[in-house]
Amino acid sequence: MELNVTGLSVARGGIPVLEGLDFTLHAGEALILRGPNGVGKTTVLRTVAGLQPPLAGTVGLEREAMAYAGHADGIKTTLTVRENLEFWAEIFATGRIDAALAAFDLVGLSDRAAGALSAGQKRRLGLARMVVTGRPVWVLDEPTVSLDASAVALFAAAVRTHLAGGGMALMATHIDLGLAEARILDVAPYRAKAPAHDDFDGSFL
Amino acid sequence: MKALLLRDIRLAVRAGGGFGLGLAFFLIVVVLVPFGVGPDSGLLAVIAPGILWLGALLSCLLSLDRIFALDWEDGSLDLLATAPLPMEALVSLKALAHWLTTGVPLVLASPLFALLLSLPVEGYLPLVISLALGTPALSVIGTFGAALTVGLKRGGLLLSLLVLPLYVPTLIFGAEVARRGAEGLDTGVPLAMLAGITFGAIALLPFASAAVLRVNLR
Repeated sequence: MELNVTGLSVARGGIPVLEGLDFTLHAGEALILRGPNGVGKTTVLRTVAGLQPPLAGTVGLEREAMAYAGHADGIKTTLTVRENLEFWAEIFATGRIDAALAAFDLVGLSDRAAGALSAGQKRRLGLARMVVTGRPVWVLDEPTVSLDASAVALFAAAVRTHLAGGGMALMATHIDLGLAEARILDVAPYRAKAPAHDDFDGSFL
Repeated sequence: MKALLLRDIRLAVRAGGGFGLGLAFFLIVVVLVPFGVGPDSGLLAVIAPGILWLGALLSCLLSLDRIFALDWEDGSLDLLATAPLPMEALVSLKALAHWLTTGVPLVLASPLFALLLSLPVEGYLPLVISLALGTPALSVIGTFGAALTVGLKRGGLLLSLLVLPLYVPTLIFGAEVARRGAEGLDTGVPLAMLAGITFGAIALLPFASAAVLRVNLR
C-alpha cells in the first residue's frame, strides 16, 4: 500500500494556497510537512483526509484509509476517558482500546471525566483515538500542541509502532519529534501563484 | 451506528445536555396561557389543540442548534465525517437522537398538559397520535436547518428563520388532527397529510442535510 499524491492543488475559503504538490508515502514511512504559518499545511491535510475536495490533482488512496486528527480533539467533556475511546472504537469497529490507553499512559485516568483532564492529557486522549481507528494512514495536524517532552516521546513511540506495523503517517509539525527516519517536505515552494481564478466554485450546483 | 445514538442520548441526559429544556419550556407555555387568555374553560378547550401543538413546536425549535453545534465546536464533526459512517446515516441518527430526547418526552407529557388546558376528553388520543406522528418531521426538518447553519457563531436566529416556514405544514395538519379529534369529527384526511409530510421528510431530507453538511465542513 502506498499513498500517491500527484499534482495536488488546494484552496482555503475559495483562494488557492498551494499547487502542484507531489509526494509518495510507502508503507512504514512518515512524512512531515513544514512551512510558515498560513501556507496551507492544514488545508493539505484536510484534503488528503477527504474533508474537502482538491482543486486539482489526486490523492491516490480512498478516504477510508485515513484517520484524521485536527487542532480540536473531539472530546466529549461529560464522558469519561474510557467512554470517549470506546465510542470511537465502536464507530471504527475495532473494539480494542487497552493498547491505545497504554500507549498514551492514560490507564490511570481511564475513569476520569474528560472535562477534568489537563490540556496535555486531552491531547493524549485525542491522539489515542488514532490507535483505536485501526486505519493505515495517520493524518495529523500539529499533534504535539500542549504536550510535554515525555508525552512527545510517547507520541513518537506510538507513531513508530504504527509505522512498524506497515502504517503511514503524514503530519504537520514545527518541533523535532525525534523521528529521525521521517522525511521532511517544505511546502513553501509550492505556494500558489497570484490567481487567475474563477471564484464561482460550484459548491451549490 | 448504535454507538453514535447511545452517545448522543447519554450526552443529552448528562449534566448540561439540555434534556429537560424542551419539556420545561412546553410546561411554561401551557401554564402561562390561562393567565393570558383567562380561566374560561370553554375558551381554553377551543384553543387547547392549537396551543399544545404550538408549544410542542417551539420547544422542539429551542434545542435544534445543539444538534450539530456542539460536535462542530469540539471537532467531533470533522472526525465523524472521516469515520466509516455515511453522512446520510450520521444526520439520520442525529435526527433520531433529537426526536428521542425532545419529541418523545413531549408526546408522553402532552396528555398531562392537555388536562391543564381542559381539552375535551375525546381529544386526548388524537392529540397524542398527531404529536407522535408529527414530531419526527420537526426533528428531521430541524436537523436540515441545523446542518445548513453549522459553523455559524450564534446561528440560532438564522436557524429559526430557515426552519419556521418549513414547520408550517406540519403545524397546520397536526393541530387540525388534534382540533377535529377534540370536536369529535373525522381525523382521517389531516392525519394522512401529516403522515405524508413526516414520511416524505424522513425519506428525502437526510440526503439534503448530508449534502449541505459536506459543503459546510470544507
